[in-house]
Amino acid sequence: MIRLEKRAEPSQLWSLLTPVVAVITTMIAGGLLFAALGKNPFVAIRTIFYDPLFGEFAFYYRPQLLVKGGPLILIAIGLSLGFRAGIWNIGAEGQYIIGALCGAGAGLALYPMESVLIFPLMILCGLLGGMLWAMIPAILKLKFGTNEILVSLMLVYVAEQLLASMSLGLLKNPEGFGFPGSRNLQDYPSAHNAELIAGTGMHWGVLTAFIAVIFAYVLLKKHMLGFNIRLTGEAPRAARFGGVNPNRLILFCMGASGALAGLAGLFEVAGPAGQVSIDFNVGYGFTAIIVAFLGRLHPVGILLAGLLMALTYIGGDIAQSSLSLPSAAIQVFQGMLLFFLLAFDVLTNFRIRLAVKGAA
Amino acid sequence: MSAPLLSIQALTKAYPGVVANDSVSFDIEQGQVHALLGENGAGKSTVVKMIYGLVKPDSGSMTWQGAPFAPTDPNAARSAGVGMVFQHFSLFDALNVAENVALGMENPPPMRDLAARIKEVSENYGLPLDPARTVGDLSAGERQRVEIIRCLLQDPKLLIMDEPTSVLTPQEVQILFKTLRQLKAEGTSILYISHKLEEIRSLCDHASILRLGKNVGECIPAQTSARNMAELMVGDTLQTPTRTANLDGEVLLNVRNLSAKSASAFGTSLKDISFSVKSGEILGLGGVAGNGQDELLAALSGELRTSPDTVQIKGNPVGHLGPKNRRGIGTLAAPEERLGHAAAPNMSLIENALLTGEVRQNLSKKGFVNWKGAQDFAQDIIKAFDVRTPGPDRAARALSGGNLQKFVIGREVLQEPDVLVVNQPTWGVDAAAAAAIRQSLLDLAAKGTALVVISQDLDELMEISDRFGALNEGRLSEIRPAAGLTIEEIGLMMGGVSAQEAAE
Amino acid sequence: MDLSAINPVLLVASLMVAATPLLLAAIGELVVEKAGVLNLGVEGMMIIGAICGFAIAVETTSPALGILAAMLGGAVLSLLFAFLTQVALANQVASGLALTLFGLGLSALLGQSYVGIKPPAMAKLNIPVLSDLPIVGPILFSHDPVLYIGLAIIAATWAVLKFTRAGLILRAVGENHEAAHALGYNVVRVRILAILFGGACAGLGGAYISLIRVPQWTEGMTAGVGWIALALVVFASWKPWRVLLGAYLFGGLTVLQLNLQAAGIPIPVEYLAMSPYLITILVLVIMSADKSGAPASLGRIFHASQ
Repeated sequence: MIRLEKRAEPSQLWSLLTPVVAVITTMIAGGLLFAALGKNPFVAIRTIFYDPLFGEFAFYYRPQLLVKGGPLILIAIGLSLGFRAGIWNIGAEGQYIIGALCGAGAGLALYPMESVLIFPLMILCGLLGGMLWAMIPAILKLKFGTNEILVSLMLVYVAEQLLASMSLGLLKNPEGFGFPGSRNLQDYPSAHNAELIAGTGMHWGVLTAFIAVIFAYVLLKKHMLGFNIRLTGEAPRAARFGGVNPNRLILFCMGASGALAGLAGLFEVAGPAGQVSIDFNVGYGFTAIIVAFLGRLHPVGILLAGLLMALTYIGGDIAQSSLSLPSAAIQVFQGMLLFFLLAFDVLTNFRIRLAVKGAA
Repeated sequence: MSAPLLSIQALTKAYPGVVANDSVSFDIEQGQVHALLGENGAGKSTVVKMIYGLVKPDSGSMTWQGAPFAPTDPNAARSAGVGMVFQHFSLFDALNVAENVALGMENPPPMRDLAARIKEVSENYGLPLDPARTVGDLSAGERQRVEIIRCLLQDPKLLIMDEPTSVLTPQEVQILFKTLRQLKAEGTSILYISHKLEEIRSLCDHASILRLGKNVGECIPAQTSARNMAELMVGDTLQTPTRTANLDGEVLLNVRNLSAKSASAFGTSLKDISFSVKSGEILGLGGVAGNGQDELLAALSGELRTSPDTVQIKGNPVGHLGPKNRRGIGTLAAPEERLGHAAAPNMSLIENALLTGEVRQNLSKKGFVNWKGAQDFAQDIIKAFDVRTPGPDRAARALSGGNLQKFVIGREVLQEPDVLVVNQPTWGVDAAAAAAIRQSLLDLAAKGTALVVISQDLDELMEISDRFGALNEGRLSEIRPAAGLTIEEIGLMMGGVSAQEAAE
Repeated sequence: MDLSAINPVLLVASLMVAATPLLLAAIGELVVEKAGVLNLGVEGMMIIGAICGFAIAVETTSPALGILAAMLGGAVLSLLFAFLTQVALANQVASGLALTLFGLGLSALLGQSYVGIKPPAMAKLNIPVLSDLPIVGPILFSHDPVLYIGLAIIAATWAVLKFTRAGLILRAVGENHEAAHALGYNVVRVRILAILFGGACAGLGGAYISLIRVPQWTEGMTAGVGWIALALVVFASWKPWRVLLGAYLFGGLTVLQLNLQAAGIPIPVEYLAMSPYLITILVLVIMSADKSGAPASLGRIFHASQ
């Protein structure tokens, strides 16, 4: 018989170890999955985790790590603030889309004007777009007590329809020969989120993500607001007793996570993606949830987890082309990672005791 | 003489870091009311849980009417004939009385028959109950009846009652004792768990006394003085607080016509409460649990906001202010629930010191936390209140109940408030720590703080209060000088009957 | 625009079809929540049910076997959730999200070779006389059997929760798990069984989409129905018959929206397509004030420590 025994205090060691153990277990389980799909598991794991970093074409893939990791980290940092306080914004995908639409919309409206002010304006619009979209579930929660999980998620579907409508209508490229999708912002210098240092993948969004990591770290470690966020997540009643205003906290956490998701969307659409198109969003908003948990809702952890998750995306793409591993396999892989993480997390707060039944 | 109904031999049970029961033995005879006496934390509840099959002993054995008895779960215990009335009721608020009763029975009859049986049995034993009522709407006394009826319907041979009177008014206690005596006369054995000596002396045939998990003595309560039993129970002599009341200070806290809706679905709303407390005065507020205590504390601490004029501190309206602002003007509070309300269980003592100390201890600057200051403050509390912990970086939940309570009270006392409101300051705390906490409250009053002490422990309130009032269904009785109050008068106040009505 | 193209009889009949997946998933989740567990993985379990049912039905050419496989698939996936939340005591919100993310990925993987295939059709119930009745016949008596099974599950859930001891225990566990434990009920076992039931119902609902309503397989074809089902439980205040009412209201709106699209109403397709989600939000706004039906232990982790 296995029994769980509550630890007197959360274990620091296991809190750090859990993600590592989860990653290793996922590699093993993922290897079995790949084997079941008829692929050599060792080759597959090597292709996903080793080749992008150290393989023959690593010079091409390494920058991709930042390109794909940037939005994941940026979104996950925002989500982690809310998750820590027990505020569940899971509609980051929608906020990402709206941020991209607002930011790109602002840029495209000014086409073909050239000005250094255009890009900052787009950033502002992207940020506000994401933030306002996230404010909808926040305000409904405050006013009517609706569940923010369901509302923020419903708004993802609404945002996707808006995206479809925009890329087929308002934002459609008038010179695009009727094809859906907007003008390519990469061809519009004032609006293009270009690489800051050529060949590194480093663009404004990645920089913003790093800044967000630092900000979140300082906020949580040193600031009363960060303390209040942690307190609310740990013990909501104690937080109210301490004088935390839960409504303001909801607005802050939802607003911040929406703003960061919106920024991620804007930087993506103005940079790597280039244009507003029906399927421009690739699910970063959902994967960021995994990143946030894998990083233990800790800014530095999220930084590492974001890069790791980016690696699985890149490795997955390579495996798709070289091993014809289905792209869905990577999605399963990422899902498994979250499963194992949650399962092993029990060790942080509990000790496993093997008890021989009947000995008592 | 035949074999005892239940014989317990050398039961031992250890939890990580604490031996709850160390070789506990006693016998319960047929038709006997057997007291299990001990302080909070003496291990009474653990013994009971083992008899009821909720916990398995590490070693030792039990026999039931001479045969080995080792219930693996409550069902087994119930089918042997053990009935149990829990201290914290095992009731379901959203279900009705009949459904609650059915859940405690092995083979309940169809609902309609059951309802009829509940009516019949409850009236036979003088505990009337309506089977169709929702339990969440019942008073504490009525809720206890549900538990008792649930047991009685199964004709138990042994009825276990865990601190049954802690939620009752003195009048309700008399009704309960009448019922228990009737049961005893019918041959039912009762295991009566309590730390209230007078109750045990008036009700029980035999007492086993536990201290720190060990069986430290047996006695026949009717032939033993309360003092002797107390010495067995506590082990060392108690320091009784000394009171030097000063009643001509200025009014610091003034509550006028305070009405507020409870934040929780089955909570009690406050109805038109008015009182005032002067500098140096302790106002004791009694009342059975769930009569608005939590809500009153919330309204005074600022968790529950009301219109400005209903709560006044030093003449300033503050009803609309939140907890932080109220701390700023010297009003502090310590709620009843330690884990999760007064303190965050998974956070360190340093962080918990910051929780209420931010404003008055200057622990933040432009929003940035002064962690060094918070650590020093936590250290001060630990030192001044003798909190037993390896260090201030420990999680609150790692502390024992008594130590955490000392920390929680100490945190507020050390901030030298002008007004302090505490709810159940010594709940679940051993006698020595309780005495220390009470003394710290008295010292604070001597320095000029106005205190409101909400408690369900009448002895405690009588000991430290200058004036006394009681809460009943969210209303406050008239406030009377504590000195000279009789137990009848207190009972009537707790029952919501005014002195005039009683006279008529 | 030609609104006369909308046939009211067909509208009602197709409303019932549109409502059934939602109804199945929601009644399953209702039971789970009544036991005090919040499983946000409904979407994941539905899509797994959809692909399992589809694949088995295609492979065996038996829709009935497909339906069974869908229930099994949903239940097996829910077992993962049960393990995480009841054994490993993981956060229920995170575990539910994990279930959905994992389910969406796994279904896409499993479904790769089934895109574009037509599944064997499920025979419609054809009751002589009754099915031939005008208006009432096509509306009430000419559907596939699963639709009637869904209605039966609603009725059965209502009766079990209200009248039986099993239902009473389930409600007790959801209301106050500490008290239920103290009375000797196995909280974890009751909850695992409830979660499995919820998984099977969600799986069945998913297969209804892929085998009967659409019928074909496309990635992510549940398109948020699982999430809407979660909202529906709130709408229904945890009462089975109100799940039925809510599902039919919702099914009606969906069908109307599709009919309006077909009739060429001058509102862009995208705005009509987003209407179900907006209406769900609206419903949540209206219904969320009353939380009195919510089980008191909902979403709380239970660990019998001593």
